[in-house]
Amino acid sequence: MNATDLWSLAVIVGLAFVTVLTRSFFFISSKSWHLPHCAQRGLQYAPIAALSAVVIPEIITVQGELVSTWQDARLYAAVAGAAAYFWRRDVLITILGGMAVYLPLHLGLGW
Amino acid sequence: MFFRPTLYRRTEYWQGLRDLAPQAPGIAAWGLMTGVAMVKSGMSVFEAVAMTMLVFAGSSQLAAIPLLVAGAPAWVILATGFCVNLRFVVFSLHLRPYLMHLPRWQRMCHGYFTADITYVLFTRHYPHPANTDDERTGQEAYLAGNYFLNWTSWIVASLLGVGLANLIPPEWGLGFAGILCLLGIQCSLASSRMRMLSAAVAGVAAVVAYHLPLKLNIVVAIAVAVILCLTVEKFRPAPKVAA
Repeated sequence: MNATDLWSLAVIVGLAFVTVLTRSFFFISSKSWHLPHCAQRGLQYAPIAALSAVVIPEIITVQGELVSTWQDARLYAAVAGAAAYFWRRDVLITILGGMAVYLPLHLGLGW
Repeated sequence: MFFRPTLYRRTEYWQGLRDLAPQAPGIAAWGLMTGVAMVKSGMSVFEAVAMTMLVFAGSSQLAAIPLLVAGAPAWVILATGFCVNLRFVVFSLHLRPYLMHLPRWQRMCHGYFTADITYVLFTRHYPHPANTDDERTGQEAYLAGNYFLNWTSWIVASLLGVGLANLIPPEWGLGFAGILCLLGIQCSLASSRMRMLSAAVAGVAAVVAYHLPLKLNIVVAIAVAVILCLTVEKFRPAPKVAA
């Protein structure tokens, strides 16, 4: 059983505020206002950058060290997952396709 | 709000709910997996339940988990969650004319519950904001009915996942399903070459800067990717992309 700590709970409450803030961003204030052009352009690139920054190290590194072996189930699962996404354009298919590769390699071969 | 009779007594409410129904199994499967991933990545059951009930944003939850478990500082986790959620900022700009007639707290409640699929279905069903009070309430009812089913599917499945997680041995590595989910969302955002560049730069930068303290590599990677893409845009006019 993992332990609960107050700090994590505070962060979780903070994340809930982030959800409210981002989802209602432009209708919190009654005043009409415009986003500067460069911020608007930045909105195009920041979400995918944030996801990539979290995801890529989790796939190709072990605690920040690049994987030094090809016998790592995560590499193949990620490739399979991405291929599955572009095949069906469906996030659920990505997970299922990736795990279908990950589990046999990870549990069967110990990669 | 989905519990207000003025909304749920209207046919639009049930129309919105029916329109979401085909998506519900997919949302539930994703919620189930998020529930399992939270516990399997080292969060306590109480934390996982709190996160499910309060945060209600799959991608920012999944992105926050590795950071939370690694003990990254709160502002880094919140900033990452904010960046992952930036697409909602774009959605809110679009939804503004549909909701501005309501009091602020109601607007914010509707905003909180309106996740990706509800946004897509709502704006597809109503390409233009209403002109009369009756139509406005109808649109509000559609929105509420739609997100009510979305929220229910997500919450019930997530809690089920949290409950089931302890029955699954940790060696199975099911937490990796959370990463695959983020990978899928990442692929869905890769709608232009510039966005792919942003993803590639951020990925490389996050690995290169991995050993920065406080998980700052995430923030650095986002900043480097966005600045680089904006710079490239200056020299090469940007192609049109979907928001």
